[in-house]
Amino acid sequence: MRIQLTSIFVDDQQAARAFYTDVLGFTVRHDVPLGDDFWLTVVSPEDPDGPELLLEPAGHPAVKPYRDALVEDGIPLAQFAVEDVQAEYDRLTGLGVVFTQPPTDVGPAVVAVLDDTCGNLVQLITTRPEPIQPEEPRD
Amino acid sequence: MARGRLAQPLTGKQRLAYFRVVVDVFRALDDETRRLILDELTARDGQSLFEICSVLTMRHGISSSRQAISQHLAVLEEAGLVTTQRQGRTKLHHFDPAPLAAIVRRWPTATRGNR
Repeated sequence: MRIQLTSIFVDDQQAARAFYTDVLGFTVRHDVPLGDDFWLTVVSPEDPDGPELLLEPAGHPAVKPYRDALVEDGIPLAQFAVEDVQAEYDRLTGLGVVFTQPPTDVGPAVVAVLDDTCGNLVQLITTRPEPIQPEEPRD
Repeated sequence: MARGRLAQPLTGKQRLAYFRVVVDVFRALDDETRRLILDELTARDGQSLFEICSVLTMRHGISSSRQAISQHLAVLEEAGLVTTQRQGRTKLHHFDPAPLAAIVRRWPTATRGNR
């Protein structure tokens, strides 16, 4: 078994398509009209046959209270791996992206959390393969 | 605020309010997780619940649930040591050291032995 598709709700699919491609840098995999909406998925250009992210319309009444509560507590709904969180933070803030959490060193990883402008928070992460050097024991 | 007027003698309700603040502050500080939360907010002020939980887990090995951390934050907020403010739709927590000043005023360290 493998993860082939996962979804996040977006307020506006047109805006989401623009943000996830032009700003974040993903590529559209499927963009199929479905009534007023689209079956809209993106993939990473680094892994075009990898898992797809479905940008799903947020019309269901349960979506708003669910997402509002998570955003209030700063909880991201998705996590994307990047080469260098700090470099992405610099690049994205230059494009006007708002971060609720700047790059934060949490030991085995550096993380940051951004607002995807479509109603969600997304965490960026760079994991360290192994500690660079053993730390001094702390008390 | 009563806290700002402690240079003058306190009477009646004012005095009670002062002791209530001090008691809440001591209770709030009487917990290692809550002290670590204040450490982390001192290092970087204005953090979401998610960020506080992340750093407590990753840097300090605290495995408490998000709900438990939320309750710790409520105690700190009740004692006036933490305030919250919205940035967009996210609630951020800030450290307010003002209540600690009440303790320093009661037992001033600088004037010790000079009286």
